Amino acid sequence: MNIEMPNFLLALPEIFVLGMTCVLLVIDLFLKQQDRYLTYLLALFTLLVAAVLTLYGDSGERQITFNGSYVADSMSHVLKLGVYFAVFVVFVYAKDYLRDRNMFKGEFYILGLFGMLGMMIMISAHSLLTLYLGLELLSLSLYAMVALQRDSIHASEAAMKYFVLGAIASGMLLYGMSMIYGVTGTLQLDSIAERAVSGDRTLLAFGLVFLLVGMAFKLGAVPFHMWVPDVYHGAPTAVTLYIGSAPKIAAFAMLVRLLVDGMIDLHDQWQGILIILAVLSMAVGNIVAIAQTNLKRMLAYSTISHVGFLILGILTGTQSGFSASMFYALAYVLMALGGFGMIILLSRKGFEGDKLDDFKGLNRRSSWYAFMMLILMFSMAGVPPFLGFWAKLAVLQEVVAADMLWLAIVGVVFSVIGVFYYLRIVKLMYFDEPNSEEALQCSTDMRLLISANALMVLGIGLFPGALMAVCTAAFS
Amino acid sequence: MGFEKIIFYLFSALLIMSASMVITVRNPVKAALFLVLSFFACAVVWLLMEAEFLAIVLVLVYVGAVMVLFLFVVMMLDINIERLRAGFISYLPVGIVVALMMAGMLIWIVSGDGSAFNNSVTHNADYSNTRELGRVLYTDFLYSFEIAAVILLVAIIAAISLTLRRRPNTKHQKIENQIAVKRNERVRMVKMKAEEKK
Repeated sequence: MNIEMPNFLLALPEIFVLGMTCVLLVIDLFLKQQDRYLTYLLALFTLLVAAVLTLYGDSGERQITFNGSYVADSMSHVLKLGVYFAVFVVFVYAKDYLRDRNMFKGEFYILGLFGMLGMMIMISAHSLLTLYLGLELLSLSLYAMVALQRDSIHASEAAMKYFVLGAIASGMLLYGMSMIYGVTGTLQLDSIAERAVSGDRTLLAFGLVFLLVGMAFKLGAVPFHMWVPDVYHGAPTAVTLYIGSAPKIAAFAMLVRLLVDGMIDLHDQWQGILIILAVLSMAVGNIVAIAQTNLKRMLAYSTISHVGFLILGILTGTQSGFSASMFYALAYVLMALGGFGMIILLSRKGFEGDKLDDFKGLNRRSSWYAFMMLILMFSMAGVPPFLGFWAKLAVLQEVVAADMLWLAIVGVVFSVIGVFYYLRIVKLMYFDEPNSEEALQCSTDMRLLISANALMVLGIGLFPGALMAVCTAAFS
Repeated sequence: MGFEKIIFYLFSALLIMSASMVITVRNPVKAALFLVLSFFACAVVWLLMEAEFLAIVLVLVYVGAVMVLFLFVVMMLDINIERLRAGFISYLPVGIVVALMMAGMLIWIVSGDGSAFNNSVTHNADYSNTRELGRVLYTDFLYSFEIAAVILLVAIIAAISLTLRRRPNTKHQKIENQIAVKRNERVRMVKMKAEEKK
């Protein structure tokens, strides 16, 4: 019996993160509450080392190991770095928020790291099985994190909804995977791509539909978006920040792995479904967001509309379309981190700054942070020269290049509608009287990081070439 | 083949019957017990497909452990059946549509081109699928196997962090204090005059 030894070095970041998280789990057990920041620092340290390992492990070529269930390519490296960055920012933003609410426990960081491990596995998945397991690892950590605030009825309700709908979505996904396995007889994505050419089209299409339904649930694309606003609203803001940022990168990776690596041959079949998902998401997301009075809910609907844009890039089925979509995913995550971060900045002990009214007259209270929020909102709305504009432009260009001019027009129309609710926040901050004149209170690291975050949105918006080049290189 | 076919139809019928009983009986305890029966019938069908290891695991894990725990929970919870059944009629049309769609799809797939389902492999009696499973589990599927282990670890962490509560003012016995107690800490002698008879 011959066993081919897997190349463990390729998966070094995953192995390191898993090992460190287990170490952290044990260390945290023996820490007193006042020493808890050690867990936090070690979690940040883990992220930094994982980033270094990923950077140095990048050989520039596509390598597959673990008997075809793990792939390391340039896309996986870039996306993993994006995930580390997002989780790092989430951990820093969340620190004060958690401490003020008696939630500063090791579990948040441990579950956060395990969730990140799930995302890394999804990003590097090369078989249906690892993709599914990575997704479950991520989802399970997220369910627990949403429910972490046990005494809050809203959080428990959100966790319950998320859990039930997530389980249905996983069921759909598995059903689709089993059909595809039935037709092709393999779990590995590249063999699926080979055998799909000669496979039974009807069965493959059925499997594909179930896969897409499951993925649309996880992405939060309309009409499978019902859980998004409730979960974003009900979860503690620190957890909303986590759910709203890094998993979008993983979801993008999941779409690319399944549809592009595995079933590019069925492009004409999944394109139609994705068009419906994208148009509905942009429509419902942008229009319903107008009616929201809670910023977390509003950002949830805005997420739905951004997911629509993300799908637009993928459905073109071209390499440049995928890189535009990847640029969009990374840009969106950066903006979402800032947006939810501002809610945390406005919150203090016993007070959640998550209503639109809380942003009234922010300019009078702190003109610098009002300006930061202005950058973030303009960027989400897609106003040049901010990052969000380039992301939208890149995706729309690809849609036009794929001869779907009407779809690009629909996208533009709905993003113009979307501008309304982003600009309403700017109006509230600059032209309305504040409800309270209280100065913002938060720690220096949070202030520095959120300023850096917003300035990055501006900076990359002024010079989008570098990030764009990275995304283009990932798909060539 | 005759005997195998009899077994197959017998236990398939039992499986369908018990599965429909799970969702129709009024008593949740009975529903759980019917679920046990359907797992058992399913295990027999798997045995016919030469999936001996999976069949035994199904009985050991699901029937032996999971369902017993489930029964405990069902018995401890005070479930109001009437309230659970309240929405039954209103959801029925949607349920029927979904069920018909699923059934139609399955029939279409199976009847479309049956050749894909006829290539089941048979093995001799000395073939051990436990060994074969173990062999691929720890070699080809090593990565997936490790991830599954991590998922279980996360499940443990999640369950404990969601349920463990340290309440400082709960009342519980302190056995060491109870043992060390002295007579005069518990019994107080009271001297009083006996009541006189009038």
